Amino acid sequence: MLEILLDATVRAGTPILFATLGAIINERAGIINLGIEGLMLIGALSGFAATFSSGSLLLGVVSAFVAAFIAGSIHALITVQLRGNQIVSGLALTMFGIGVTALFGRGVVGQTIDGFERHAVPLLSQLPVVGKAFFNQNGLIYFSFLLVAFIWFFFYHTRWGLNLRTIGENPAAADACGIAVNRYRFLAVACGSGLVGIGGAYLSLASTPMWIENMTAGRGWIAVALVIFASWSSVRALFGAYLFGGITAMQLRFQAMGTTVSAHVLQMLPYVFTIVVLVISTIRLQKGASQQPENLGLPYDREDRK
Amino acid sequence: MPKLLQLQHIRKTFPGVVALDDVSFSIAAGEIHTLLGENGAGKSTLMNVLTGFYAPDSGSLQLDGQSVRFSSPRDSLALGIGMVHQHFMLVAAHSVLENILVALQGVPLLFPRRQLRSKIEQTIDEFGIDLDLDAPVWQLSIGAQQWIELIKLLMRDCRLLILDEPTAVLTPQEADKLFQVLQRLKQQGKSIIFISHKMREVMEISDRVTILKKGRSVTTLEAGEFNQNKLAALMIGGDKIPEWQKSLPFSDELVLEIENLAVRNDRGLADLDNFNLQLKKGEILGIAGIAGNGQKALAEALTGLTRVESGRVLAAGEDITRSCARSSYIAGIAHIPEDRKAIGIVPDLSLDENLILKNFRAKRFRHGVFQSRSAIRNNAIEKVDQFAIKAGPQGSPVRLLSGGNIQKVIIARELSEQPVVLIALYPTRGLDIGSAEYVHKVIAEGAGNGMSTILISEDLDELYKICDRIAVIFRGRLIGYVDPANASREQIGLMMSGEVSA
Repeated sequence: MLEILLDATVRAGTPILFATLGAIINERAGIINLGIEGLMLIGALSGFAATFSSGSLLLGVVSAFVAAFIAGSIHALITVQLRGNQIVSGLALTMFGIGVTALFGRGVVGQTIDGFERHAVPLLSQLPVVGKAFFNQNGLIYFSFLLVAFIWFFFYHTRWGLNLRTIGENPAAADACGIAVNRYRFLAVACGSGLVGIGGAYLSLASTPMWIENMTAGRGWIAVALVIFASWSSVRALFGAYLFGGITAMQLRFQAMGTTVSAHVLQMLPYVFTIVVLVISTIRLQKGASQQPENLGLPYDREDRK
Repeated sequence: MPKLLQLQHIRKTFPGVVALDDVSFSIAAGEIHTLLGENGAGKSTLMNVLTGFYAPDSGSLQLDGQSVRFSSPRDSLALGIGMVHQHFMLVAAHSVLENILVALQGVPLLFPRRQLRSKIEQTIDEFGIDLDLDAPVWQLSIGAQQWIELIKLLMRDCRLLILDEPTAVLTPQEADKLFQVLQRLKQQGKSIIFISHKMREVMEISDRVTILKKGRSVTTLEAGEFNQNKLAALMIGGDKIPEWQKSLPFSDELVLEIENLAVRNDRGLADLDNFNLQLKKGEILGIAGIAGNGQKALAEALTGLTRVESGRVLAAGEDITRSCARSSYIAGIAHIPEDRKAIGIVPDLSLDENLILKNFRAKRFRHGVFQSRSAIRNNAIEKVDQFAIKAGPQGSPVRLLSGGNIQKVIIARELSEQPVVLIALYPTRGLDIGSAEYVHKVIAEGAGNGMSTILISEDLDELYKICDRIAVIFRGRLIGYVDPANASREQIGLMMSGEVSA
């Protein structure tokens, strides 16, 4: 029972994990990206379409990354180069993503592909309780584990990571040190967006190997909230995403067991939980445990006079 | 002496402002060159041009005789020009080590902290500086933060170091140490551009002095050609300085008593801790201390802008500890805040409106629920005349006024209901000499009429000049009172760094 629940937790949490990691990279550079939901949809559709026409899952994942990278570059152009309003640009990106995927997705609605399959990792998958849930999964899930570790390493043990964190905290300081602020910010936004796209592709290539209009169902917004819960740390993002995965898995389980509680109420749980988590993390932020990049959301203009 | 760097006819404008009009000067290798000028004369702007932060509209820069053009700080750093900015370029949440690392060249991509740690420790030891590499910067004193900035430049092997008002945040003792280091760097052949408007320091350290006034370089003088009076005269030019007389001795009547006051900041740390203070009628009480030792919390607690953790504030015997900003104002406490544009004025409202922000409810300014435009206008005309405010066109936003005039608007408003106590937080910071003198005049005249003032300042010269008593604050506690007539600067300096009490 626990094994099954854990397994479902990891599967439901992974798309949110990718999206949260992508958002963290954006925000560590100081750019708020509210386009996550739209980017996930763009990733989901382009991933599905590429796999559907080529038969290759790898190509699907790459296309999802590239498409979301390009869409994210629009946000980067507006917020980094043109110093536009990050909130407005992000919201526009989400609306753009919803609209454009609904339009171009009509051609593949109802089509199916062979999605990602499980591959057990030798030995590790034999571990009691956690073995099956974590090491008898598909390739994208293994990739997400590596990504969490890589991003942590990148931020705290590489020069580029230190530069990026400095930019998010104080771009003027980074600029004074000779760091190319805009280049870093642009790449962080674009690459982070690409990862969000892979999160979307997980939905259409692994969860349910088909394209359904608006299939992200608000997961992008949950990811935006999770960034705060995770205090901008990739490792804590893993726990946060699985927490939500767990709630989703449990409510599905409840429904399967045939409780008397309405299915609609159960489906609401992850979203209700988002609000609870946001309230708790915000209180924590105010208590001074803030990890929030100091210049988050503020455009950087070298000649701006303070 | 060979010229290291030469600037010619630099001009830089911002929308609506000519920050630099025509500035030329040069700096030689191994020279300490001071830039002197009032606030707004363009010193910082010029240095930002030199470090690639601002692109000049016209003019030329020559380094070692070669014409150069900086399109970013990266370019100027690459040629060995580094700057300690007035507002430090540090990441508060990062460790000292990380802050130094980002500034270095040739940092390895992987495990940079591990690989460069010993090299950084070496440099710090070489200059005899006490810095904990793993402490987050926000925990450090401002003085320590400045050392980080300097270490960054030294490790980058900068040939030209620019220090923008480095001593503003230091105790006299810390400043001495800085000067020792600067002299040593000079002997190593490095050039230093030093910005300050503390005459004493300028006299002590400069090989040459260039004076800027209103965006133009007035003249450059060699050591021996200048003295304090000459420099001051050149800085001010033909500007008129208001005159005032210090008031008579104050009475013994207590108007404000602060007992065991404690205030915590957003991080949950104590800004004020068991703080006691007594203010007498007609007294000008100075609060000396290095910025960040609780001055702001003190002003906010007295004016009802922050929550008091414990302790009491009594105004004329009445407890106002928990009063809000409005009731503090009614109790007769006026406030000249630190950040003029952020909380002193509403930048986009007009002069007329800014002058009645606090007493707009008064009967004379309204007809029932409607505002009386004519009464508000007349009030403004009266204040403009009384406080010699150079107002712009009627109805234009007040943010377009100069810093000195904005300060006058704030003072005019705060004094309009005859306050009992004036809390003035760095009231002359960033003002030219004329405006600063005007502020002093208003405070001194107020004292003559029985108003008491708490003057919080980091400028000891200012405190010595105007205060009846000086209280020294350190880490949120009152260290003691001194009498400016017979206390030395060194004594106050030691108290400011918490080393001795009165």
